[in-house]
Amino acid sequence: MSSTVSSAVSRRASSFDVERVREDFPILHQEVYGKPLVYLDNAASAQKPRAVIDAIRWYYEHDHANIHRGLHALSERATAAYEETRGKARRFLNAPEEREIVFTRGTTESINLVAASYGRHVLRPGDEIVLSVLEHHSNIVPWQLVAEATGAKIRVVPMNERGELRLDEYEKLLGARTKIVAITHVSNALGTVNPVRRIAAAAHAAGARVVIDGAQAAPHLAIDVREIDCDFYAFSGHKAFGPTGVGVLWGRAELLEEMPPWQGGGEMIRSVSFEKTTWNRIPHKFEAGTPDIAAVIGLGAALDYVSAIGFDAIGAQEHALLEEATRRVSALAGLRIIGTAREKAGVLSFTIEGIHPHDIGTILDREGVAIRAGHHCAQPLMEILGVPATARASFAFYNTLSEVDILVAAIEQVIEVFQ
Amino acid sequence: MSVDPELRELYQEVIVDHGRRPRNFRALGESARSIQGYNPLCGDKVTVYVDLDDGRVRDVSFQGSGCAISVASASVMTEIVKGMTLAEAEALFGRFHRLVTGAEKNGGDLGKLAVFAGVSEFPSRVKCAVLAWHTLRAALEGEAEPVSTE
Repeated sequence: MSSTVSSAVSRRASSFDVERVREDFPILHQEVYGKPLVYLDNAASAQKPRAVIDAIRWYYEHDHANIHRGLHALSERATAAYEETRGKARRFLNAPEEREIVFTRGTTESINLVAASYGRHVLRPGDEIVLSVLEHHSNIVPWQLVAEATGAKIRVVPMNERGELRLDEYEKLLGARTKIVAITHVSNALGTVNPVRRIAAAAHAAGARVVIDGAQAAPHLAIDVREIDCDFYAFSGHKAFGPTGVGVLWGRAELLEEMPPWQGGGEMIRSVSFEKTTWNRIPHKFEAGTPDIAAVIGLGAALDYVSAIGFDAIGAQEHALLEEATRRVSALAGLRIIGTAREKAGVLSFTIEGIHPHDIGTILDREGVAIRAGHHCAQPLMEILGVPATARASFAFYNTLSEVDILVAAIEQVIEVFQ
Repeated sequence: MSVDPELRELYQEVIVDHGRRPRNFRALGESARSIQGYNPLCGDKVTVYVDLDDGRVRDVSFQGSGCAISVASASVMTEIVKGMTLAEAEALFGRFHRLVTGAEKNGGDLGKLAVFAGVSEFPSRVKCAVLAWHTLRAALEGEAEPVSTE
């Protein structure tokens, strides 16, 4: 069976050679506890291709200076490289305009920005914010903070037993009081790919604005904010093979224009006096202080890298890995896969009868297999699933079918230890 | 494929057994003190009940959920501290803590607690082994607030 899957992969993406791609990722070529590293914690953070590491190194060795203010060559080069990433991010999201791309520290900060600025700007007592049970804490807590401050209420879209959102229930939640719908594109805990286009259309019909948490989507699928027709879209650099410390918020220009600044400081102002301060134009209005310039430049290299591989090849490889892993672990006694959505990204969340996920994580680690075990920053979801935690293997395009073999053998070890 | 020796040392029979079939896994009556312990990082939860009589642990039990290490640690703890004075229980926690953090290598005289020596090779699991003990100590000291290991 595994050979038919491999040949299917090679047929579908003939230009994609996983062994060659792995050569681009220096960190993958190591042993832990004397075993080859099998990195299956990509949903927590993805590894970096050499192109990203080199871009950061080049920047610090040749171009570093502060941006947007220097009158010298280094500052001009640094500014150009920084702003070049804005263009790459615009193309990555198929966003209409570069000035709609705001650099943040990550998805969490992007969502906090929308909640604190747009949320406080529009929400009134009794207004409603619609979230879903699949949300990561970073798409729950910022909204709770703004709900507390404004008197708005939070409503939650339920899911079915596969881990798919109940769109019928969602549509019933929408009404005149709904001002914001904030939903994840891909669930980090279960891998469910949500029908964000349909979600956005229904929200707009009710007069609400739509915020999409794209942290788990950006590494796996082509994103088109015009096609989704959302109002804000957020993702993190580090999950998309870029550096930590940088994220992107895309927002419609007219909304960013009407939103009050979020943080004050340098860069975000036009003029400052003790009597009256005026704001810079977007996106700079939302980029107070010196940003992580190197990380932004590294993100540009990451977006170039994944775009060159292409999401067709990435999707085909991840689909083959997920299908094979799902088939193989399903045969193991006592193992239950959590999240069986029909549209699913490369996430395999599971539990084993009588064995706690943390013990699974520890044993897999000694076999060189890095996974995540825990609540995945989705405690409300774990509560609904009736489990304290799950073990989660998450795939990237640089994972291989032989790594799936090692994962399965390591899970068999877990079962043996607890026999 | 054979099981890694350090893993075997960690998941000894006693730990797997107590993790699966914890002893003294029940609530005590209303006269007993009870306190919750929680590890927010991994979600492990334990409630420890102690019934004190003239400075001695007359009865002790627990309830909760967690990994094999945390459940086994709580289970073995309840077996061992029953009948001890507060000072004896406190001193034993000190030794247990040194054992699981690797500060003390010789756990030979610690009886059944010695099976937790393997935890010292797994620094990320120390918090699992000590959760119930921290909670017990808080209960013995008469604390009312839930205990958190982070």
